[in-house]
This record gives sequence, C-alpha cells and structure tokens, in this order.
Amino acid sequence: MSAVIIDRRRNVRHKSAVNQQRFLRRYRALVREAVARSIAERKIAEADRDASISIPSRGLHEPVFSHGSGGKRELVLPGNKEYVAGDELQRPSGGGGQGQGGRGSPDGEGEDTFHFHLSREEFLDFFFEDMALPNLTKTQLTAIPQSKRVTGGFRTDGSPSNMSVVRTLRGALARRLALSGSSRARLREIDEELEKIDAEDPPDEERRAELLAERAAVQAAIARVPYVDSFDLRYRNRITQPREIAQAVMFCVMDVSGSMDEQRKDLAKRFFILLHLFLQRHYERIEIVFIRHHTSAQVVDEEQFFHSTESGGTVVSTALELTVAEIDAHFPLDQWNVYVAQASDGDNWGDDSPRCRELLETQLLPRVQYFAYVEVNDGQTQNLWDQYEEASAAHANMALGQVRERSDIFPVLRELFAKKAD
Amino acid sequence: MNEPPAPPTVRPARSGREPGAGERRGNMSMPPVSPRHLAWPLPGGSEWSFEQIERYHSEIARVAERYGLDTFPNQIEIISAEQMMDAYASNGLPVGYTHWSFGKRFLATEQHYRRGQMGLAYEIVINSNPCIAYLMEENTLAMQALVIAHACYGHNSFFKGNYLFRTWTQPDAIIDYLVFARRYVAECEQRYGAVEVEQTLDACHALSNLGVDRYKRPQKRSLAKEQALQREREELMQLQVNDLWRTLPLKKHADLPAGERAFPSEPQENLLYFIEKNAPMLKPWQREIVRIVRKMSQYFYPQRQTQVMNEGWATFWHYTILQTMYDDGLLADNVMMEILHSHTNAITQPGFDSPAYSGINPYALGFAMYRDIRRICESPTPEDKRWFPDVAGSNWTETLQFAMRNFKDESFIAQFLSPKLMREFRLFCIVDDDHAGALRVDAIHDDAGYRAVRDALSRQYALSEREPNLQITSVDISGDRSLTLRHFRHNRQPLAGTYKEVMNYLATLWGFTVRLESVNDDGSIESTHECRVEKRAGQRGDAIAWTLPEAFRQHD
Repeated sequence: MSAVIIDRRRNVRHKSAVNQQRFLRRYRALVREAVARSIAERKIAEADRDASISIPSRGLHEPVFSHGSGGKRELVLPGNKEYVAGDELQRPSGGGGQGQGGRGSPDGEGEDTFHFHLSREEFLDFFFEDMALPNLTKTQLTAIPQSKRVTGGFRTDGSPSNMSVVRTLRGALARRLALSGSSRARLREIDEELEKIDAEDPPDEERRAELLAERAAVQAAIARVPYVDSFDLRYRNRITQPREIAQAVMFCVMDVSGSMDEQRKDLAKRFFILLHLFLQRHYERIEIVFIRHHTSAQVVDEEQFFHSTESGGTVVSTALELTVAEIDAHFPLDQWNVYVAQASDGDNWGDDSPRCRELLETQLLPRVQYFAYVEVNDGQTQNLWDQYEEASAAHANMALGQVRERSDIFPVLRELFAKKAD
Repeated sequence: MNEPPAPPTVRPARSGREPGAGERRGNMSMPPVSPRHLAWPLPGGSEWSFEQIERYHSEIARVAERYGLDTFPNQIEIISAEQMMDAYASNGLPVGYTHWSFGKRFLATEQHYRRGQMGLAYEIVINSNPCIAYLMEENTLAMQALVIAHACYGHNSFFKGNYLFRTWTQPDAIIDYLVFARRYVAECEQRYGAVEVEQTLDACHALSNLGVDRYKRPQKRSLAKEQALQREREELMQLQVNDLWRTLPLKKHADLPAGERAFPSEPQENLLYFIEKNAPMLKPWQREIVRIVRKMSQYFYPQRQTQVMNEGWATFWHYTILQTMYDDGLLADNVMMEILHSHTNAITQPGFDSPAYSGINPYALGFAMYRDIRRICESPTPEDKRWFPDVAGSNWTETLQFAMRNFKDESFIAQFLSPKLMREFRLFCIVDDDHAGALRVDAIHDDAGYRAVRDALSRQYALSEREPNLQITSVDISGDRSLTLRHFRHNRQPLAGTYKEVMNYLATLWGFTVRLESVNDDGSIESTHECRVEKRAGQRGDAIAWTLPEAFRQHD
C-alpha cells in the first residue's frame, strides 16, 4: 500500500489566530480587566512581557442540553476491591455520580477560571487600549527595538547598488598587472632585441620577422586580460550592530501619604510603566530608583513603593532633595541620562511648594533629561500644581498633567514621545 | 500506424508509483523479501528522516496487508507542535470556518501544553479519502512508527469498515465541504457582519448535538440526481393541477379541531433540520449556516458513538502490527521498548478510587476487548464456550473484522464484553437514586452480576442515555407561532441548568416564543420553561426585537 508523505511544517502556522482574535474580541472587557489585574501584580520593568491571563469561565461556556444531577442513574466503575452486590455506600460529598464526564476536557471547562496566554504584543495592546495611546506610539512601543545596520568591510557578492567602485577597480588593476606581468616583460625584451637588430648591419631579417610575430602575439595576450572581471567586483558589506550602549536612570517619585489610595497608585503605576516602556526603546540599560515620601523621603524597593501606606502629612521637597542627592551620589551625569517621574495627589504642606519650585529650577531640572509630573486627583488642582506650572512654562524639559483616569496619562508624556520619536 | 503493445515488463513499475492505485497492492519498488530473512532491524533513535519514515511505513503496510486490513490510501503529513494545536482546536479538521470557540480551544490547549499539564496528541487522523494522518515533528522515530500503525492502518481501516461511518460520512467529499463551509461563512461575515454570523453560529452550536438524524438513513444521491428528482416532483405537481378544483368552495381550516392541524405531524428529533426547513424568520444565509453546523454534527456523530471501538481497534492493531514486526526481527529492542512504554501508558486504567481516575479509558477497554475476542477465538475456556458459542474457536481475524464492521460502542459491549474481562477490570455497577439515602452497589463481577454489569456499561455508552431526549412536538401555526420542545425524562433525570441559555438560542433561531415541557416517567407533562419573543409595537413584522441571550450582550 502506498502512502504519500508530505512535509507540512513550512505551511502557514497559527491557522487559528483569527479564531483567537475573535475570542479576545468577544471577551474584550473580561480580558482587559485581567490585564489590569496583571499590571497591578507586575514590576514596572517587567510590564512588557507575555502573560498568563485568567478570566472567569462562567461567561464563556458553550451551553448545551445535558443531564443535570438528580433522578436515578447507574454508573459502572472499574477497580472494585471490596464491594458485593447490595452494599450501600455514602454519597461522596459534592454530589454523587460526578466522576463521569470530566474526562480530559481540553477546553479547561469545569474550573472556575479560564487560563490562557497572551503574547507580549497582545498584552501591550490591551494595556494601551484604555490609556488611549495614539496608534503610532503604540506601534513604536510594541515593536521590538531594531539594531542598526552599519557598513563593515567588503564582500564579493551583493546587490549592484552596494558596489564599491574604488575597491573594484583597485582589484582589477592589481589583477591586470599580475596577469600581464610576464607578457609585458617579454614585450620589453622583444623591443630591446628589435632595437639591437635594427642597429646591426645588415639586419637579420629572418629573426626580425620572427620577433615581430611574437610581439604581436604577446600584445594580443596582454589585450586579452579583461579590464574588469567578475571576480574583481567588491560590494560594501552591511552588518548589524547593536544599538549604542546608553544608559538611563528613572526616578519614580511618589507620595505615599494616606490620601493616595489603591486606585490612585494604580494610575501612578501605569504612568511609570509607560515612561519605562518609552525609555526601553531608547536605552540599552535602565535603572529604576523608587523614592517614596510623606513628611520625609526614602529610597525603597518596588514592593514597598507600591504596597505600603503611611499616614500623615506631606512634604514634597524632601523627595526632591533626596533625588538630587541620589543623582549626585550614584549617577554621574556624564554616564547617565536621568529621567524623573513624579506622582502625587497634589497635597503638600503649604510653605513647602515654593521651596519645591526653587529646588526644581535650580537643582533638579539642570540635571535631568526630562521631568514629568502627574497629579492623580479628580478635584481642584492643589498649591503644588501652581508652582510646578510656572516652572514648566520656563523649562522645556518638564511636563505635567492632571490624571483622573487612565486615558489622561498619555497626554502628559505626549511631548516627550513626539520629541524622541525618530 | 500500428503501435506495438507496450512490453509487459514496464507495467508493474508504472502502476506501483500511482498513489492510491490498488489499495491491496504492495509497494512495487520494494523487492519481495520474506520478512524472516531480513537480518537488519529498522533504524531507531530520536531523530527521523523522511526516508526512514517511508521504510517504516512500507514495512507496516506489508504487515497490515498480511492481516487483511482494508484501508483508504494514506496521506501522512508531518506538522509542528503549533500546527498540531491548531488542528486540535478545530476538532482535528484541516480547514474550518471561523468562530471564537475554536480560538478558545486553541488558547486552552496552548496553556495546558505550555504548563506541561498535557502532552499533545501524538497524532490526529481525519476520516477522509485519502485518509490524512498528522505526525508531529517532535516525535521520535519509534513514536512515528507507532502513530503510523495506529492512525494510518488502525483508525483508517475502522473508518472504511465500520457501518456507522459507511452510512453517515462521505470521506470523499468532506474536505471539499469544509472548504465550502469556510468560504461561505467568510462571505456571510463580509456581507452581513461578523457579529450577526457569530450569533447564528453560537445558537447552532448550542443545538448541534440535537442536529443529527439518528434513525433516518441519508440517501446516497448525487446532486444531479437530487435536482432531477426535484424537477420530476415539480412536473408531477404541475400535471395534476386541475383548474376545476379551484371552483370548489374552500373548506374553512379553522373549523378543523386543533388535533388535525398539528404541526409537525410527528415529533421531530433533529432540531436543526426542523429549524432549517421551518423557522419562519430565518434569512436564507442563516438557513445555510444552520445546515453547515448540522452537517458537521452529523459527520461527527459516528465518532461519538464508537469511541471505545475506534480507539481500541487502532490500539489493538498498532500493538499487533509492531509486535509482529518485532518478532520478524525488524525492530530493535530499544525501539520496541519505547513503543511498549508509550503503549502501556495509553492503556492504563486506574481504579475508581485512584486520584488518577477520570472515567473508563476507551483505549484500555477497547484494546482489552479486541485482545479478548482474539483470545476467545484462539484458546477459549469452557466459560467462553458457554458465553460465546459462535465466537469460540472461530478465525480471529474474521471475527474481529465482523465485530469492527457491524457494531457501535453500546452493542459492541453488550455483545462481546466477556466475564473474564469484567473480572480483570473489576467492574461494578452502582445505582445513584436521589430518593434513596445512599448509593447502592447493584451488581459486581460475579456470576450473578455479569449480565447486569455488562448491560449497564453498554447503556453507559448509548448516546440515547448519555444525552437528554428532546423533541419538537408542536408549533402553534395558527396562533402565535410558538414552538414547543418536549423533554422526555428518563428515570426522573432533569436537564442541567444550562437549558435556559440553550432555550434562548433556540428562540433566536425560531424567532418566536419557545416553550419547554417535561414528560415524566409516568407520562404526566409539566411546563418547565418559556422563552418569550415579543413583537415590539410599531415595527414591521420582519423586524423583531429578540430577547437576546445574555452571552450576546457582552459584545456591546
């Protein structure tokens, strides 16, 4: 019996991609919620990873008519050890006769949650969606950074547009010299001998004719050496080079006083993530420093940064002072690009705000590439805002914005994105 | 010009190269060597090449032919793990229409696979002609051999031989139909919107298990013949038109008692068929989609009824074929060990009290039954002779072929499950009656219980028992066009809670109110559920405001 064996591995993969898109579209709201939950659990630097997502499976089952529990039913089971006919046994808790039917259900039904995997692109897409990012920016952030292509050496094959004329002709010249060298030496000998013959009296006509014939042959041989041969061709080689090594440090400054609740922190976190994603596009290495403050500021790790609440008042200038101190201590400006992102609900001790502005203008802004401030607050702007606004008007590398919901975050950074989008 | 006849010597070579020409013919390029004289074993190892697979295949084909397995021609396709997951998600079909549920299945499979909770199926085989078998590239050579024997000769011969498949499926046409369905659904999406189409498909999927003809055999007619018949009927009607009849006074239909106008005249079990033909509000393209889902459901209907038989048959044959090859000295010890390791995993049956228990393993039960039939044929005990007088001592290949061809799971078990096997599996039957305080062991694997256990197991595989019995009994054609679905309860078993959602789907397809009634064991009828579809005032009759099922609302 003959069989046809076909290699289908090169065929189109991911045939069901469109079905997956349909699934995600159908349960868009649930998936978005799950992505939001996942963001809350992630570290800022890990925001753009693929993810395992779980959504409640209640809403996505495919109902059919089937038997419910109740009534009388029989069940045949294997592996009897001790029972004889007529034995009575207690119903297992959770309803009898449920052992049947759960067999290897590959669609994960029967559990309370449906787990599945989102690729990095899908995940970011959901993340960006409710932040109302412009499409161009989405593409910029989603695309994996390319390494750049530079010329490096020469090669013997390539496209005509990359041909190096100088190299090619230099090679051709060398080859011509090498290939015709012996012939031209012989030509010189012949010419000398002919001169001698011409000087003799009487000239040796027979020898002369012989030499002239040879001279023509040698000249023909020299002419036969091609001017440019195919193996003279040289092309500029282009190699991929990793992006320039550049490093940046990002300071996340956040007010953790009692008035910053979970929801506000979540908004702040998204703000930090977005800035981090942006930096990732432009710098090879990024350090993140977390500075939290209430009446005093301290450097903490990410866990403490987002998940501990302090009570009491707020003195913002302490955080700015600490940031300046940290920069000076650990991040020399000739080696580091400094970015500062500050999130606060705008509450500040009244006398402190002018001091903040002064610190900002004299100390911080000269040191940093960019300073972005968000006021996570749905009411009136506070006194800190007014001071910052004035500073912002005078300095190009500073942006600020009030954030009430997720879609307000991007406009704060819009200018930064526009400037750096190359 | 008289062309001299071609010399006979070139004939075999030419015909041997034609794929699928003469299924019983061996591969002519292989010299006819007696297997016992092959001193060298086939290659082993984790790497495989196409040449090696081909060598294995030709040996397996030879052994299969020796055992008289009749198959469709094979088409073996090597695919990657990801492609396997794709195939998995679309019920193993190579082409499918677009629907979110397939995406959901893919995501679930992918997640299980990533976590290592589930190995992928080594193989997927499609009931088509030629029979397409997918082999995964990650498999070792030994596994590929196992899969070829299992799918290309086991399942394949089952598809070709079993009466259910012969009756209900058209392996020559399935791929073409799948392509048609995919194109048609895509076209509908472009014309009428993806959401519209999705809603129709959702509703059809919910009813797909009730979209099969269980008893009515399909007619084996070609399209041309169908159309010819249809024209013939039309002409006949035309011939019988007698204008005189028109002059007779009309008898008022409304005068007839309600019973005489009953529609449908008989209860209908094929819900989707009834909807396709009779739903008043469906648009033509929706009817076609109902039809597509119905056809697919019918195509899978034999598979749902022959799980144990089909998997058991394939397992029995991969085991028998590869064991024969090993005995012939074709398989090295390490290859055979790997095959047996995998085989043993597949046929494990944990006891009911084991944490690994998840129902009776169809591979284990089916494999054991075919082996047992062979044993009863070859060396029957006095007990076997008493239970299976016509099987004991008969030719085993013929008996096995007979069993494979003429049964489905329920009848196969009722006919062939032997007392010895019930003892080996230690099968017992419990009765779960919600009127009784405790579960009762009804019968076990002893003389008094063999028949009861066997009957109970047979019933357990009967689709008519596994799925609720629902029929369309009436449509109020002169009134509000409401449709009544009747659930015939068996042993007081109620419907699972999802029935309300399914009724909503039914209502969207029918377009008018649908009701559910339950018929109890004593014949009494109670009304269970009503799903109203009301006309909104001020709208034309064709624009009906459905009561949309919950699931649809999530779109907005």
